[in-house]
Amino acid sequence: MNSQLILEICCHGAFGVIALSLLLALYRLLRGPTLPDRIVAVDMLSFLVIAYMAVLVVNTGNAAFLDAASTLALITFLSTAAFARYIERWGERPDGNSREEGAG
Amino acid sequence: MTEVTQILAALLVLAGAFFCFVASVGILRLEDLFMRMHAASKAGTFGAGLPLVAAAIALGDASIAVRALATVGFLLITAPIAAHLLCRAAYRCPEVELSSKTIIDELGRQNVSDPEEADR
Repeated sequence: MNSQLILEICCHGAFGVIALSLLLALYRLLRGPTLPDRIVAVDMLSFLVIAYMAVLVVNTGNAAFLDAASTLALITFLSTAAFARYIERWGERPDGNSREEGAG
Repeated sequence: MTEVTQILAALLVLAGAFFCFVASVGILRLEDLFMRMHAASKAGTFGAGLPLVAAAIALGDASIAVRALATVGFLLITAPIAAHLLCRAAYRCPEVELSSKTIIDELGRQNVSDPEEADR
């Protein structure tokens, strides 16, 4: 009975900490000087959402979030690989205008 | 027995939240894309993996545990690959500047003046 309460408290603390981490990563996503910085922030955000879903599974006992977490892990890898390919093309762009817009 | 698993799950959840927080502080404070990537991918893998292990332990259901551990294994395989792909692409990208505190740049990107050399 007591350990149930400890688990409950730890899960709620973890929710708070992960939400704070989401905010910090979101700040980097908004501010990041170049496009690759933003992509690193998006990668980090999806890791944080996976962690949040795992804590939600522990807290509620609802296994549906686990499927969502594993699907998000799959999608994250594909999107990061696709973004990496895109950056390789992006560096070869002949006009410099779009890069400067990304910094604003 | 269930008390032991619940305490263990609580510790794992707290450790995962701690790693998540360290990763996001790193992504906020470090000054270089590659340093930030270092913080994000390493601590991010642990930060997402430890709560999943906690979910595998805490619920005490074999099918849930298998799914959670499969997700952890998938994360452990793919996160370094994704980070490496992104770092490699970003290193070739001319806008991404190295930090002024960089000690050594063994691939010598800054010295490459020939554009065909840079593309390769």
